[in-house]
Amino acid sequence: MKAFTYERAKSPSEAAAAVAGTPGAKFLAGGTNLLDLMKLQIEIPTHLVDLQDLGLDRIEKTPEGGMRVGALVTNTALASDPRVRRDYAVLARAIVSGASGQLRNRATTAGNLLQRTRCPYFYDPNQPCNKRQPGSGCAAIGGFSRQLGVIGTSDACIATYPGDMAVALRVLDATIETVDPQGATRAIPIADFHRLWGDTPHIETELKPGELITSVTLPRPLGGRHIYQKVRDRASYAFALISVAAVLQRGGTGRVAVGGVAPKPWRVPAADAAIPQGSGTVAARLMAGARPTEDNAFKVPLVERTLAAVMTKASAA
Amino acid sequence: MDDDRKLELSRRGLLVGSAAAAAATAVPSAGTQATPLRPNPATMPVSFEVNGTRYDLDLDTRTTLLDALREHLKLTGTKKGCDHGQCGACTVLVNGERINACLSLAVQHSGDAVTTIEGLGTIEQLHPMQAAFIKHDSYQCGYCTPGQICSAVAVLDEIKRGVPSHAQVDIAARPDPSDAELRERMSGNICRCGAYSNIVEAMAEVAGART
Repeated sequence: MKAFTYERAKSPSEAAAAVAGTPGAKFLAGGTNLLDLMKLQIEIPTHLVDLQDLGLDRIEKTPEGGMRVGALVTNTALASDPRVRRDYAVLARAIVSGASGQLRNRATTAGNLLQRTRCPYFYDPNQPCNKRQPGSGCAAIGGFSRQLGVIGTSDACIATYPGDMAVALRVLDATIETVDPQGATRAIPIADFHRLWGDTPHIETELKPGELITSVTLPRPLGGRHIYQKVRDRASYAFALISVAAVLQRGGTGRVAVGGVAPKPWRVPAADAAIPQGSGTVAARLMAGARPTEDNAFKVPLVERTLAAVMTKASAA
Repeated sequence: MDDDRKLELSRRGLLVGSAAAAAATAVPSAGTQATPLRPNPATMPVSFEVNGTRYDLDLDTRTTLLDALREHLKLTGTKKGCDHGQCGACTVLVNGERINACLSLAVQHSGDAVTTIEGLGTIEQLHPMQAAFIKHDSYQCGYCTPGQICSAVAVLDEIKRGVPSHAQVDIAARPDPSDAELRERMSGNICRCGAYSNIVEAMAEVAGART
């Protein structure tokens, strides 16, 4: 690791100001992804602002009947919360299908949203990568791309957002609350939070320099059947080839989002509207415009088959 | 030589220029933004408890909890496998919860209580999980074993506390220590010798699921 200095911030706006005011500084939450990347010198912060003393580790009810999840709530704590397990089961299911028990004990809600892609070329400093080194090119295009994106990608980058939790948050229409270095707050709908890569794959979210996530809010419970179906190369502790998060209602309506296919959790309003017409139409609308590679073309039919399994499971209950 | 110097100068110029451009476009209010300067290696005081003993250390900020335990406190029971959170050999308990010690900085743990394999039991009085691992032959080479045992102890506690897992049919229900649960919850601990089935046997015995 490259040398860095370290401090523990005392308030969210102080943390934001510390990162904005120190060139090369980064926030440190659980550190499970950041430290891994620092060891590989893919991330080389000069200064770490540790957020563990900010009191952002609480889960509260909102006046609107939803929930506010502090940015530093661990994956384990969020998935264990009885209200989450009862009212937002798709979220609890998505969280426990990701990583390992050890990692979920450290990984945080905000950190999970900000985790970097697992594209093997991003992880290999000997390879060109527009995300790691803007302008250097993309070795994944024309390379081994089985795990990589099929939709919403660009000529500069075909990486995916790798997480599970955010796919459930997308189907629940969560909102990400932030504070900036001046103390101003704003709320970003999760639909707008992660960016498509375009020509700037190194800019992954709408966050501005120094802007800190303070919490994630969930709207009122949707009811319905909550399912998170992850397809991966082994039964546990592997990233998704694809995943489907679904909240399906008795009348045949619902919402679906797909993970492992795009730079962000992939949800298409026209696909939600097609749920009464069956999985074939839903999948066609979700994957319209997909540009898979030869290696990952299987992901497109896999989305349809997984959707079919999820919808069958929901109607059987 | 001249060419080298020119290259070096232009590279610096480029770095300064691009940092200034980034400051101008991305953070217009932060006019003081300058090229990131790499600090000299920094040490910091760190105090935590390990296996009931308090330690006051002065550590390079880059020191992981794993390296602090192994290289500074000479508690070499905790193993370094992959050093990237993929194998679980470094699993320790921090404030009662299992984590990968390799993916945590020691400075993040000031004030914490850490338990390593050395703190679970003694040679005279083994922890029940250690005794069960011996009885069920739950290892071959033994390298992953300290991490497996720390993880196994934490898994049974997690099941007792109702922490959910992917193996549950009903995510809202209380989990039980079935084989499917134990296998799913231990997936962050890799064993190249393949002692998995005997590890499950040991855990099931300690959990009271069978003798």
